Order: sequence, then structure tokens, then C-alpha cells
Amino acid sequence: MSTAEIQLEHAPGSGQSQAGSLPRLLEGVPAHGAMSLQAHLDIHGEPPSARRRDRRGASALIDQIEQAGLGGRGGAGFPLARKLRGVAEGKGRPVVVVNATEGEPASLKDRTLLETLPHLVLDGAALAARAIGADEAILCVCESATVAQERAAAAIAEREQQLPGDWARIVLANAPQGYVAGQESALVSHLNGGEAKPTFTPPAPYERGVRRRPTLVSNAETLAHAALIARHGARWFRQLGLEEQPGSTLLTLSGPLAYPGVYEVEHGASLASLIEAAGGIKARVRGALFGGYSGTWIEASALSGLALSTPHLSPYGATVGAGVVALLSEHACPVAEVTRVTRWLARESAGQCGPCVHGLDALADTLEQAMHGGVDGGHAAARIEHLAGLVARRGACGHPDGTARFAISGVEVFAAEFADHARHGTCDACARAPELPLPAHPGRSAGNRG
Amino acid sequence: MAERVSVNPIACEAHGMCAELLPERIVLDEWGYPIVDERPLPGELVSHAQRAAQACPTFALLVERERSRH
Amino acid sequence: MSLLASSGPSAYWYLTRSSGAVALILLTLALVLGVIDVGRYSSVNWPRFVVDSLHRNASLLALAFLGVHILTAVLDSFAPISLVNAVVPFTGSYRPFWLGLGALSFDMIVAVIVTSLTRRSMGHSTWRAIHWLVYASWPIALLHGFGTGSDVKSTWMLAISVLCLIAAVAAVLVRVASGWPEQLNRRAAALGGTAAFTLGLLLWLPGGPLGKEWARRSGTPTALLGHKASKGQ
Repeated sequence: MSTAEIQLEHAPGSGQSQAGSLPRLLEGVPAHGAMSLQAHLDIHGEPPSARRRDRRGASALIDQIEQAGLGGRGGAGFPLARKLRGVAEGKGRPVVVVNATEGEPASLKDRTLLETLPHLVLDGAALAARAIGADEAILCVCESATVAQERAAAAIAEREQQLPGDWARIVLANAPQGYVAGQESALVSHLNGGEAKPTFTPPAPYERGVRRRPTLVSNAETLAHAALIARHGARWFRQLGLEEQPGSTLLTLSGPLAYPGVYEVEHGASLASLIEAAGGIKARVRGALFGGYSGTWIEASALSGLALSTPHLSPYGATVGAGVVALLSEHACPVAEVTRVTRWLARESAGQCGPCVHGLDALADTLEQAMHGGVDGGHAAARIEHLAGLVARRGACGHPDGTARFAISGVEVFAAEFADHARHGTCDACARAPELPLPAHPGRSAGNRG
Repeated sequence: MAERVSVNPIACEAHGMCAELLPERIVLDEWGYPIVDERPLPGELVSHAQRAAQACPTFALLVERERSRH
Repeated sequence: MSLLASSGPSAYWYLTRSSGAVALILLTLALVLGVIDVGRYSSVNWPRFVVDSLHRNASLLALAFLGVHILTAVLDSFAPISLVNAVVPFTGSYRPFWLGLGALSFDMIVAVIVTSLTRRSMGHSTWRAIHWLVYASWPIALLHGFGTGSDVKSTWMLAISVLCLIAAVAAVLVRVASGWPEQLNRRAAALGGTAAFTLGLLLWLPGGPLGKEWARRSGTPTALLGHKASKGQ
């Protein structure tokens, strides 16, 4: 996907004028360019005003976010209120880091927010800063996302001009391209002048992060939701979604669809309604990947009754994760896709931990051997399962776990195709153009072991 | 709260002395890296665990009272 | 005092020589074990922790014998060696250069051992860089032995020195062959340095310590030179 098509999801039966309906984040999203500050304020209203360092107002804000039940949208789903409290209790003046690095290749939502609705993110950043007593927010964007950088910089300049009383200084920072570069401790390490690689030794960033200060690292979309919760309240937020997973969320939908792109849905919406809003499928679907490249595959037969929320997906071992919903068409070879992405993920290892470096390489090797045939399928499957168990929780970050989950679920969902390849080798579809996107240039750590 | 053994995976360079000195809790995988059983240590193993931690050339093996990171 | 002088060498004199020889052997052992340790060689009967422990213990034992070597040299009344001479290189009046080499080597060894005992308080690369001083301290210790040693011409001491030299050179060659230092030009320098040292040593010995009147040439105070002849130089 080279450009995202922004679509508006209209939940069946809900009118647009109702307060508790969609779109929320994507309301008024422009077809070209970024929404201006004035248009943003016209649509969403003024953010709650407050004096700088108003501690009662700050804790009221955190309470509101807690009641709203806002979970992180970067993949882990960690409750934002708990993060805010943890950082606010730290020693020293906190710092906000807005994570818009979006290293997940199949995800476009954060980039899209910055390119079209930057003020939502900036509002959220300023509010988070106020909530924890920070006076600086660092917006981190991938160095290759030049359009997002430009639009974000322009939006920041707009705010400095028109909102002189804004309570936080927002600065833009570049992060290197890389799957693990956006991991919380890796990002903080990069901002401190080190490598963009995860760290292990305490203290954790929320206690001592950027410049040894308590640091809040939050996904850009999460903060965008926070910006609206601050205006409309926790009850409003909970009017959509589920009790356990309230509100709306952005998904990046890809596959054989009329209109793939970034969509806003309420948690619990059916996959079928999302596909319908995307203009329907153009070819049969073999299976779908949920969450991201650290996520989980689900077979086609289970998709028709599926709903888009972590409680609905967890019986299949899947979560909403980073919001990726990638449908694989019947034209693609699932074995080739899973193998190719696994090899890429292995190369994206930061190269710091033996089990990750060796384990993911071995995993990719085994998949490639199975793909090219002439191996005992059962033996390969057993080896893959063994390796997946071997790398779990033995790295400094969750990368090996995620890669193992991706590979194992792929091998399980597409068991027949893998067995077929193990016996007969590559198929015609193996050489086709890939459906799962990968960055144009080689992985950051390709051929470079840390 | 009992002591537990854990590994700093970034510092670990697969020297393998920990597995020699605390085989009750540590075995090496096929690449020489330790697979650590992080259950609480019974009293008689604590001194062995501490010796193993001191033997590690990169101080990757940790004997801690608190919960491990994961 | 004069009675002691005329009755022959004191116990301290023998102790300092013997402990010096033992220290050389232990330092060589520590070096060899260190190379085996970093090379990660191990077998069922020689687990890694055993090699590592032996390496550490050999170095500490070497340090202990060095302590005896220095103390007895200072206490011995024959040669005017003070404690300061023993740790500050090239001071003193007794064979200042050759004794000074001993002090230099000793300082390096102390630095290596102290940093190893306090490893946790420094970064790994700092510790490692200082540890490489052993590759300098060993040849310097050997030269000190040849230059100051009163037993240098005796067969047993020569044999010990030659065997230690062979062991040390072999250890360095094994280490370099396993791929260290990482940069090829540094590796070439390490090999070249080792070869040059060995060759230089072999060329120098016959005309140097093994040659005539070495005691005088090496800087023994003239007052002691007469006695030297009676001690079999």
C-alpha cells in the first residue's frame, strides 16, 4: 500500500449526529492535506482550559482517563491512566514521548493521524503533559515518514502561533527505521543519544527515561483518544465499544478489498461490517492476520463470525494489537508470505540477545526449508514449535515472542499448505508479488549482528 | 520472599559457567545460552546460585529477591 | 652485621630468588590459563568454571609470591633496595633499570588484579582494556629476571625461564590464531611484537646476562661488586 485511503466507518444503525457514534477521531478528516487548527477546534471544541501546573485539574484528567478505560493503541493495550500515574509519581520533572514511529509495516494509522489530523495527537500530547506535570513533549516520527514530519512540524508551528498559553513545548524528533526501534526503552535510549535498541537493566523509562527523568511513552493514537475524552468525558467514550474494551479504535485494513485503508471502528464491531464498509472483498480470503507482524493468524472459516475486539479475538490467541487486519487472498501463497515476513523479523532483531538472534534465524531457516520442499513436514513443524517455545521470554524485549507467535500461528492455520510445500516444494504462487508489505530497503540489522 | 535466579539477556555471552555451577536451575540451549528456571530457590541452592553469579564473566546472572522482569 | 655479611648470603637472599622464580612460573601459568579461559575451551573433566577459577587463583598466588619476593629483597641487607624502589620503577641504586622493570611489571599486575577484583564497578570494556596489560607485564617480568637475577646463569633457572617463555609464546600464538585482536593490522603487530621480542631476547642473552661481567654492566653498585664474585654472580 503506498497511500492510505481514509474511509469513514459508519456503524450500521447509528446516526452521525448522535454524540456516541462514529466517526470520532476521523470526524471531518480531510481528503487532502492536514486539518487546520481552526477546523480542529471547530469540530471538537476547545480543550479543557487550565492553568499550568494545576494539580487538581491534572489528577482529575487522569481519573477521567481511568474511568474511560482507555488502553494503549500501540499494541500492548496497557491502560493509559496507570501509565500516567506511574510517571507522575516519579522523581523529577516528567517528559512525554509521543510514539508515532509505527515500525509495524502493515500499519498506517499513526502516520495517517499525523498527516491528516495532527492536532488530535498534539492535543493529546499537551494534555498528557499537563496530567503528569511535564512541560515538554517529544513527538517521535520515523525518519522515513517525511510527509508526517512536515505536517506535524506545520501543526506545531500553528499551535505556537495561535495557542500561546499552551502548557507544553512540543518538539519533533526522528527515530531510525526499524521494527524494534519503536519499542519503549529502545526509543528512550535513542532519544538519550544511544542506539535505538531495547534495554534491560533497571530503571524502567517511567522512572528514569529521557535525560534521567520519568518518561511517559505513549502511542500517538492513544493520546488522540485522550484528547477527546478530556473534552467529552469518560461516559461519552464508553458509549461505544465494550465494557472490557471501550471506545473506538483505528484499524489498518488490507487485502483483496475495494477500499483498503485506515478505518475507525468501535471495539466489538464485526469484521463483516468492516469489510462491507471497505467495499467488500474482491477475491476469496485464505486467512487473516490480526495485530501486526507480532500478531496471530486466524483461518478463513473463523472469520465470518469474528468481532474486532481483544475479548473476541483472544480465543484464537489474537488481540487487536497495533490494529492491523491483513486479509490474505487466495492468490497469495501463505507459506511464502509467512516465511518471508519471518525472515524479515529475524533480521530486525536488535542483535543483543543470543536466543533471539539464533532462535529467529533458525525459525526462518526451518520455514524456508519447508517452503522449498524435500523435508519431513512433521519434523519441520515440530522443530518450529520447539524453537517458538525456546525463544519465548528469553530476550530483553518481546520481539522473539511476537515473531514466534506470528510464525507458529501461520504454520498452524496454513498447515495443509505447509505440508504440501514440505513434500513438493515451491508452488506457482510463491513467486508472485507479496501481499504483506515490507519496507523497501533491507532491515536495519540485516547482515549486522548488533 | 525467596531468591530467584534470572539472566540479563543483553549482557549474556553464553560462557556457560552458570549451567556448570547451578545445573539444578540452568541448562544451556543448543546455542549455549542459559534457559533459567526462575522458580524460588530452596535454601540449600542459594549459595550455589551466588557462586554461579560471581563466576559469570559478564555479570549476566542475577540472584534477586524481587520478581524477575517478565 | 659484619658477621652476617662475611658468613655468606642471608636467608632473605635465597628467598627472594626462589620466590621470584616461582612467581614467574605462576604468572606464566596464569597467562596460559587466561588464554584457555577466554578461548572457552572445556571438556567434561575441565569445566569452564574450573579453568576460570584456576586462572584467578594462579594470579592471586603469583601476587602472593611477588609479595614475598619484594619483601625479602627489601629486607635483605646485601643489596640497597627499598620498598619505594620495588614499586616505583627506575628509582634506586641497585641495577636501577633492570630492577625498575620488575617494579613496572609489578605495578601492571597489581592494576590487573585490583581491577579484576572490583570488576563490577567499571564497564566491561574498561576492565578488558586494563587486563591486556598482562601481555606487557609478562615479558617485562622475564627481562627483569634476566637482568637482576643472580641465578640467571644456572641451568635450572635458564631451563625454567626458557620453558616459561615457550609456554607464554604458545599461549599468545593460540590467542592470536583464534582471532584476536580483531583488526588484522593489530593482529599482525601482536605477532610481530612477539617474534621480535623472542628473537631479540635470544640474540641479547649470550652477550648480556649470560656474558661476562654482567653484574657490573647491569648497574650493581661498585661497593658490592667484590662480594658478587663470592656469590657466584
